[in-house]
Amino acid sequence: MLAEYLPTLLFLIVATGIGIALILIGNFLGPKRPSPEKLSPYECGFNAFEDARMQFDVRYYLIAILFIVFDLEIAFVYPWALVFRELGVFGLIEMGVFLALLFIGFIYVWKKGALEWE
Amino acid sequence: MTFEQILFILFAGIVVGGAASVLLQRNPLYSAFSLITTFVGLACLYVTLKAQFLGVVQIVVYAGAIMMLFVFVIMLLNIRDEDTAVDPNRFLVYLTIPLGAILLGALLYVVTKVNLAQPTGDEGGTVERIGTNLLTKYLLPFEATSVLILMAVVGALHLAKREKE
Amino acid sequence: MPLELLVEWTIKLLIGFVILMTTVAYLSLFERRMLGFMQMRQGPNRVGPFGLLQPVADGLKFIFKEDITPLAADKFLYVMAPALSLVPALMTFVLIPIGGEMKIPFIDRPIALHVTSVNVGVLAILAMTGMGVYGIVMAGYASNNKYSLMGGLRSSAQLVSYELAMSMSIVGVLLQAGSLDLVKIVANQGGWGGMQWHVFWFQPLGFIIFLISMVAETNRAPFDLPEAESELVAGFHTEYSSMKFAMFFIAEYANMVTASAMATVLFLGGWQGPGVAQLPLLGPFYFVAKMLFFLFLYIWLRASLPRLRYDQLMDFGWKFLLPLALINIVISATVAVVLL
Repeated sequence: MLAEYLPTLLFLIVATGIGIALILIGNFLGPKRPSPEKLSPYECGFNAFEDARMQFDVRYYLIAILFIVFDLEIAFVYPWALVFRELGVFGLIEMGVFLALLFIGFIYVWKKGALEWE
Repeated sequence: MTFEQILFILFAGIVVGGAASVLLQRNPLYSAFSLITTFVGLACLYVTLKAQFLGVVQIVVYAGAIMMLFVFVIMLLNIRDEDTAVDPNRFLVYLTIPLGAILLGALLYVVTKVNLAQPTGDEGGTVERIGTNLLTKYLLPFEATSVLILMAVVGALHLAKREKE
Repeated sequence: MPLELLVEWTIKLLIGFVILMTTVAYLSLFERRMLGFMQMRQGPNRVGPFGLLQPVADGLKFIFKEDITPLAADKFLYVMAPALSLVPALMTFVLIPIGGEMKIPFIDRPIALHVTSVNVGVLAILAMTGMGVYGIVMAGYASNNKYSLMGGLRSSAQLVSYELAMSMSIVGVLLQAGSLDLVKIVANQGGWGGMQWHVFWFQPLGFIIFLISMVAETNRAPFDLPEAESELVAGFHTEYSSMKFAMFFIAEYANMVTASAMATVLFLGGWQGPGVAQLPLLGPFYFVAKMLFFLFLYIWLRASLPRLRYDQLMDFGWKFLLPLALINIVISATVAVVLL
């Protein structure tokens, strides 16, 4: 049991409470005068055509994949950074190899044009 | 009931509830968000077991990054409510009962037989301890991981590019 | 669990929320006044002296406006989204130390001016802010509006891209401090009579990278693409009105406050400064002053810089900031080996 995490839980509960309270307040105190025009999707005055949830670009998907990869790196780099002083030059070399491989991947992605947004 | 048990029941409830919701939701996006809830609940369970680094990485990597990809893909393919038409292979559904029973049995066997070690020390899995172990005792797996990640990058890029053409 | 501790947490929690909410409310006024001055006009000055009651008026107006849920929207997600982006924004404040330990009258032990400090501090904050992204994606999807969807997608792609550069730029600080615990990171910057801040003691490059990505992370100008009015109306919160819109607004400003606090803690020495060792009471004042500096910077940037194009934004994040952050890690580590 790690007692220092309990305030985080306390904060989560209170913040969630605030979130719910704000939604309810707005819902109860505001007027309710719905009309078909008001409830239709906003489209700069045009009548909405087709469904908004269209398919979109594959690049977003690529960004998400690259994000996973680099996020994983962070999970490895952070612990290394903390114990770096004890490890000294040895730690530098270890991380050098790790980061070099990461860099090769990064350059590959770049050269393949996955980072282009034309 | 101790305070820790109350916390355990709370978080375990979130995990199980989220997991059940993943299966029961018709809209895949709802399933994805349920899975995020499950991951966050798991992270809380890890923290109660003193595995603080694991807990926070569970949120950053699983609930944050991997689920972001799931959500993007669901939106990318514009998958709607799952197909409700009758599946010709519907009899396969009944296969889940024996398979599930086998899985449950295996899990129960492992949980009862394996000697579960108590976490040592008061602070548990701190980032410093993970770092020290990772860079001395488990150096080879650590460097191997970077090769694995490199392979993942190349593979992912290849798949995405093919889809584009 | 000792009751005393629970009481302490509850008091700190109340104070924390009150401070955060007041800061957010007055930040909006401060921003409008500042923008006014920078554009040679007055800004809101009618409600109360110097317009000081403007946030109250705004709040009341939000409450009594009609709460619209579009017919085409996914009701459940539509309601959940603002809460999901507000909750992480409020929570991150739990880990920020605004001062050192100090004596308080009638209490026989020193009280630390932070709610809690955990071993995984910085990562925990990154984890919480990472969860906020889903609120935006959810809002974009649930609204069933083209602008919302585009805004939500753009925003989430932008947030994850700059989160990488931001996380990487912190590594240099971690090399120095040897801890993720925010309290220890601040304590590490106490040398040179309270002036050995990480920005001076060799993380200037890391600081600049952090600063840029922090502006992008909070969706602020010049990186406010998700809300680019001229093309996307209001981005992911186009369809939101009343209190639900206010919640996105509060979340954005609370994120600005937290990001400023993070920059202060990581690079500008937190509450450290000249004379704090003799007079601990100075600490919170230094902290607030530094935080205000960053908040002012946000507004200054908004008044001065035009918005980027989306491809420029992504190029800048991936092709410039991220490699730069990686190079910064290599330089910092090498320097640390030579110097330490």
